Amino acid sequence: MNKKQKKVLIRIIAAAALMILFSLLPVEGYVRFAFFMIPYLIISYDILRKAGKGILNRQVFDENFLMAVATIGAIALGDYKEGVAVMLFYQIGELFQSYAVGRSRRNISELMDIRPDYANIEQDGGLTQVDPDEVEIGSIIVVQPGEKIPIDGIIAEGSSTLNTSALTGESLPRDAACGDEVISGCINMTGLLKIRTTKEFGESTVSKILDLVENSSSKKSKSENFISKFARYYTPAVCYGALALAVLPPLVRILFLGMSPQWGDWIYRALTFLVISCPCALVISIPLSFFAGIGGASNQGILVKGSNYLETLSQTKYVVFDKTGTMTKGVFEVSGIHHSQMEDAKLLEYAAYAECSSSHPISKSLQKAYGKPIDRSRVTDIEEISGNGVMAKVDGILVAAGNAKLMKKLGISYQDCHQVGTVVHMAIDGKYAGHILISDILKPHAKEAIRELKKAGVTKTVMLTGDAKNVAEQVASELEIGEVYSELLPADKVSKVEELLEKKNGKEKLAFVGDGINDAPVLSRADIGIAMGALGSDAAIEAADIVLMDDDPLKIAKAIKISRKCLRIVYENIYFAIGIKVLCLILGALGIANMWAAIFADVGVMVIAVLNAIRTLFVKNL
Amino acid sequence: MKKTYKIDVDCANCANKMEEAAKHTAGVKNATVNFMTLKMIVEFEEGQDPKSVMPEVLKNCKKVEDDCEIFF
Repeated sequence: MNKKQKKVLIRIIAAAALMILFSLLPVEGYVRFAFFMIPYLIISYDILRKAGKGILNRQVFDENFLMAVATIGAIALGDYKEGVAVMLFYQIGELFQSYAVGRSRRNISELMDIRPDYANIEQDGGLTQVDPDEVEIGSIIVVQPGEKIPIDGIIAEGSSTLNTSALTGESLPRDAACGDEVISGCINMTGLLKIRTTKEFGESTVSKILDLVENSSSKKSKSENFISKFARYYTPAVCYGALALAVLPPLVRILFLGMSPQWGDWIYRALTFLVISCPCALVISIPLSFFAGIGGASNQGILVKGSNYLETLSQTKYVVFDKTGTMTKGVFEVSGIHHSQMEDAKLLEYAAYAECSSSHPISKSLQKAYGKPIDRSRVTDIEEISGNGVMAKVDGILVAAGNAKLMKKLGISYQDCHQVGTVVHMAIDGKYAGHILISDILKPHAKEAIRELKKAGVTKTVMLTGDAKNVAEQVASELEIGEVYSELLPADKVSKVEELLEKKNGKEKLAFVGDGINDAPVLSRADIGIAMGALGSDAAIEAADIVLMDDDPLKIAKAIKISRKCLRIVYENIYFAIGIKVLCLILGALGIANMWAAIFADVGVMVIAVLNAIRTLFVKNL
Repeated sequence: MKKTYKIDVDCANCANKMEEAAKHTAGVKNATVNFMTLKMIVEFEEGQDPKSVMPEVLKNCKKVEDDCEIFF
């Protein structure tokens, strides 16, 4: 609690104690009035002052004015205790609200505590701490174990494990060695690192993310706009309602029914109206829910650029994916060795050696699968046959590695592969020795991700890819994706998404998930663009509405679940708060609900709505 | 031109009122107040100097909510 809040708390306790004490005293009349004025003034002097200022500034319908009128009215009617109690509970509500909001502000900023305070620079043999803003590109910075990497760069010396959880929500540490690119915001866990910076601090990942998170809620959702509009009309409407309730029924009673006007009774009912007239519960709980939702999501490595996107995401029924880099790793790996006439490892060794001079992705993946350093002296007479493959002598033995065309050319009979991917046929010493299958492999959670999406209520999953038809269809059937469109150019993807946008009905939203590299037009065309694996990719952070910091497709379903939970809580609060208030207004007008019920409708509902809103923060187990 | 300012205000409804007041200040094209992050993002009209517009914004905000502050 801060100083301001403590002061209010002391006033609340003092006023409550005095109120209880005085209501036990057997005093009547003016003495009783004088006694009750003490706690009343203790608890309400600031409200009365603000109400007075409001009138001077012609801002009549603010909650200070309403509370002042309601309580003074109650006191004038002789209900001293109620007058003090209304103000007391109003202050308790305000205190609770400011405390809760302060707490969640702190919680969320702790969740996103990635801002580095300093960078270490080596100077005259010692380390000097400098402002990260002052470090120039190409400088060497030193990051000790336990420190955050302040600026993006490349490791020049040392190796370590990095904790990226503050950025990605991924708890598994990542290894980093000399020559690796590292991004700011990671925590260096084990070894001392010297990093050559490649960006200025302002352009570094951590600055971009902080900027994004801090400006996230400037785009307000429809629910938030609805509430501010509602608040603008609700308060005056209830006030005029109160005025009418105080004046009209008594007049009707005198003029038409010939009964006694019962002014006091009707004014009391009108005053209960005023107590209910503050829209606090809604006005605070709705933005708080979104704020907590965005905060909780960013803790999971899901950055949402505004509460409007959270709202759209919750209505997502169509999810369209890019294949490469989104569902698959986008790197080619050896996925099988078939019909080998020798040990698989031996065949792979021959293949890696034959292809050792090529930088083609296929050759690279062969070398990677072999996994040992290549001794170039074992290879001679390398001959690349463009579009076919490679012939080379390894340890003096003629090795041919290439596609079916190469085998035909050499007159060697080969066996086709029935699986999808790139096939490297091997012939050793003029004889067929089997083939190696190389394909883009699925991300470990890809299948689960689609299943989770369906569970989360997504009705249609579509995959778009520039890849060949058979590859696309195999991936789609393995993942159980409903529709697949293959051999698309980037521009075709946009028109396909537009086609899908036309087909769906108005309320359903379409999300596009891509790796952000050449998907920017599609990301912005879809109702909601989700970029994944965005760590270090500025283009993706710019183009997308939602950014997944790591490249785990499971996070898509998680993001949707978070948005659904957030919106569910938002609607719960809207219906609950408006419902209770309207109910109390009706009961108040009928004379059934008294001022105590009105206090509950105002303060109680606010407290419950705020507590409910805070639930949005807890998204870990969704 | 858009600028972000830190603000101080106690209640959410007051923040909404500040937003309205800031929007209707001469020289301001649009304004957004975020109560949760306590920030005001002001978009100025072409050729307006924030230094001369912001005191007006603060004055208007003070009118609707006495207990507020904008740091500029």
